[in-house]
Amino acid sequence: MAFLDIMIGPLALADWLSWFCLIIGAFFLITGTLGIVRLPDVFSRMHGAGMVDTLGIMLMLIGLMFQAEEWIVVAKLGLILMFIFFTSPTTTFALARAAINGGINPGPKKAGRSVDIQDKKSKDAKVEHKKQGTTSSNT
Amino acid sequence: MLHAMSLGAALAVLWILLSGMFEPLLIGLGVASIVLTIWIARHMDVVDHEAHPVHFGIRALLYYPWLTKEIIIANIDVAKVILSPKMKIQPHVFTVKASQLSDIGRTTYANSITLTPGTVTIAMTEGRDVVEVHALTGAARAGVESNEMNRRCTAMEGMTQKDVESDAKARAELEKKP
Repeated sequence: MAFLDIMIGPLALADWLSWFCLIIGAFFLITGTLGIVRLPDVFSRMHGAGMVDTLGIMLMLIGLMFQAEEWIVVAKLGLILMFIFFTSPTTTFALARAAINGGINPGPKKAGRSVDIQDKKSKDAKVEHKKQGTTSSNT
Repeated sequence: MLHAMSLGAALAVLWILLSGMFEPLLIGLGVASIVLTIWIARHMDVVDHEAHPVHFGIRALLYYPWLTKEIIIANIDVAKVILSPKMKIQPHVFTVKASQLSDIGRTTYANSITLTPGTVTIAMTEGRDVVEVHALTGAARAGVESNEMNRRCTAMEGMTQKDVESDAKARAELEKKP
């Protein structure tokens, strides 16, 4: 597409867009990885991993699409993106089932529609989760 | 037959995207591969609305951009939680009702919940219409409980009565097997 070749300052528009996506994507990849390290137990860590396989990978691939010189490379990157979006929830689900079958408690159950979680309960939950975090990392 | 034809079309597009060459030999090999694949798929009895949800059709094109928007918002929320020094999280499990009629619709809903960071589907129970979700924070939970994703998934589904019956038949056959 011709408008992507317009020069803005030192770089073409495609390069600016590419760098924007790659830098923001890298930020989400690093934050997601930090989440895997910082969060306390196996189920919470899946949320960090979820950031890596959704927005992180999406922005990296879109950034690479702007660098592609042929349409077929763009299409192939698009296919990779599509397959990741279908397979990553499946693997997350398999991991969650494996953790439950392995005897790890996914945390306190809250029924009903209320969103507020009482302070005392969540403190108890945190203590419980810290214990689980250490046991799961030891085994 | 509709499903076999749309499978053929999808495979043809995939072949062209992956090869990118239009020589007679390569196109011929592509056609042969597609015919063989459809023949095997029909013998395995996997060419149906479940393996190949064409009935989602144009409505899927409305759903996926909305899902992408939700994924971006959820990612920013989880990034804030992870980067905040105190990390105020309340990991807990809750259940929501899935109103989709078909297994493929419920799978799409469960996968969409997992794709938005902050919520992960960990089980589907009670006649396959209750989803157990692990949430990282109360805000992530409120997002699912607003029920908008469920509503949009059901709207995209567009199941016909015939599809519902064929689902029930397949499930009965599965339960007969040891």
